[in-house]
Amino acid sequence: MSILVLAEHHDGQLAETTAHVVAAAQAIGGDIDVLVAGENVGTVAEAAARLDGVSRVRVADAAVYAHQLAEPVSELLVALSGDYGHVLAAATTHGKNVLPRLAALKDVSQISEIIEVVDADTFKRPIYAGNAIATVQSEDALKVITVRSTAFDAVGATGTAGVEAVEAGIDNALSSFIDERLEQSDRPELGAAKVVISGGRGMGSGENFKLLDGIADKLGAAIGASRAAVDAGYVPNDMQVGQTGKIVAPELYIAVGISGAIQHLAGMKDSKVIVAINKDDEAPIFQVADYGLVGDLFEILPELESKL
Amino acid sequence: MKVLVAVKRVIDYNVKIRVKPDHSDVDLTNVKMAMNPFCEIAVEEAVRLKEAGVATEVVAVTVGPKAAQEQLRTALALGADRAVHVQTEAPVESLAAAKLLAKVVEEEQPQLTILGKQAIDSDNNQVGQMLAALTGRPQGTFASEVEVEGETLKVTREIDGGLQTVALQLPAIVTTDLRLNEPRYAKLPDIMKAKKKPLDTKTPEELGVVVASGLKLVSVEAPAERQGGVKVGSVDELVDKLKNEAKVIS
Repeated sequence: MSILVLAEHHDGQLAETTAHVVAAAQAIGGDIDVLVAGENVGTVAEAAARLDGVSRVRVADAAVYAHQLAEPVSELLVALSGDYGHVLAAATTHGKNVLPRLAALKDVSQISEIIEVVDADTFKRPIYAGNAIATVQSEDALKVITVRSTAFDAVGATGTAGVEAVEAGIDNALSSFIDERLEQSDRPELGAAKVVISGGRGMGSGENFKLLDGIADKLGAAIGASRAAVDAGYVPNDMQVGQTGKIVAPELYIAVGISGAIQHLAGMKDSKVIVAINKDDEAPIFQVADYGLVGDLFEILPELESKL
Repeated sequence: MKVLVAVKRVIDYNVKIRVKPDHSDVDLTNVKMAMNPFCEIAVEEAVRLKEAGVATEVVAVTVGPKAAQEQLRTALALGADRAVHVQTEAPVESLAAAKLLAKVVEEEQPQLTILGKQAIDSDNNQVGQMLAALTGRPQGTFASEVEVEGETLKVTREIDGGLQTVALQLPAIVTTDLRLNEPRYAKLPDIMKAKKKPLDTKTPEELGVVVASGLKLVSVEAPAERQGGVKVGSVDELVDKLKNEAKVIS
């Protein structure tokens, strides 16, 4: 059976996560098509066609898909899904928004945030904030799945898939887009960064997050935050790492002033190397940290920056 | 307008869970249970809409075992007017829960249905979207702000990279993100009063829904343990270890 991957894209750019989802599709096995739904998405389709392992890119280019709202995109997926045994998307806010709607319209279950493909019907996924791993088997004719992108290595971009248009004739009277306020940043995207440095409540204020900037610049790191720091208003919520924020698995994760609540650990404990900097030597974060440094972050951070 | 709010009974978020020795599931015997945190936010939002004069009636609903009535009583103590309990002792997957809730939506005809964005046990993040699909209603998922403007609902959503605002045609389905509001605590007099508020019990059979699932839980395991590492004494030592031992920086 063939597999359909729903591409994610923003501002005419194919999102990095799509290459990870294609890797998950390769693990399942079968022909892989990528669907690009949006408006003026020619360059996105070209980028998708270069992904290794993709047989065909299908493009639905119409104003109704401009902001990829769940209502029209799920209808489009329903119209196309007859050709496929699996529909996959990244477990981002976009994939999570659209895929369960598709699953219900097709009267099948949805499998969220898989971290491993056992076989074409069987998958592993974390439950209880990552404190248990469930193996689930689907008996549905269509498997609708979101993929945790940090669990699959991205495929390369040397492919030459064909691109073809699909009929896009769906009206959407249910919902409409008003506006978007995106955080601007020159740093790597949190979910894809090789190094992440995160601050918690111990940072004390939003102003103090600047102490992380120099270190992040030197390491090419993305800056994250714990929920406590976000709730205290230090930083915007799209920086949040955790069960309810972003899941990251970088090579190096530096947790500064973060105690290490279950909620936060769920978002970063698959990092290769974890460093904790905290003044409380009893903080739970030290139980998962490979290297711990007990002390005052306001002294440690400037010193660390100067020594990198 | 009438607001329906769905709540779920889950393990308390502070509890460290245990996997059963036979790997069949997580062990929930004698474990503290509570209302799912995202559902608390949903209840709070519904109650605030009532206090603002936008909602006229708030109905709380849950799907689950008899004990889940505790969570419905909590919702009533927080300000819901009445409750509907779809009682089933069998485990209910997202799709079945959405089908049961769709029947309740059909009966109650709420203008707005609010759910949490995900339950902290299954971590599925599916039911609200599925309910929207089954009822043919628009969805505002991961909401951090909700505003009723006549026949439309303005929902600000938390998306990767920032915020997005959409307009939904009512009736609509909304799922809550953490920053939508800060839930209140129930006061003792309200808890006493909640005991007298109406609570209807229904069964999946009465609603004509078969609680089946296309998903089979094969096994549940504890994740690989991380080995606790070492504490270093200075920044110099830390930088040295990262460069020469872990080799993650150069």
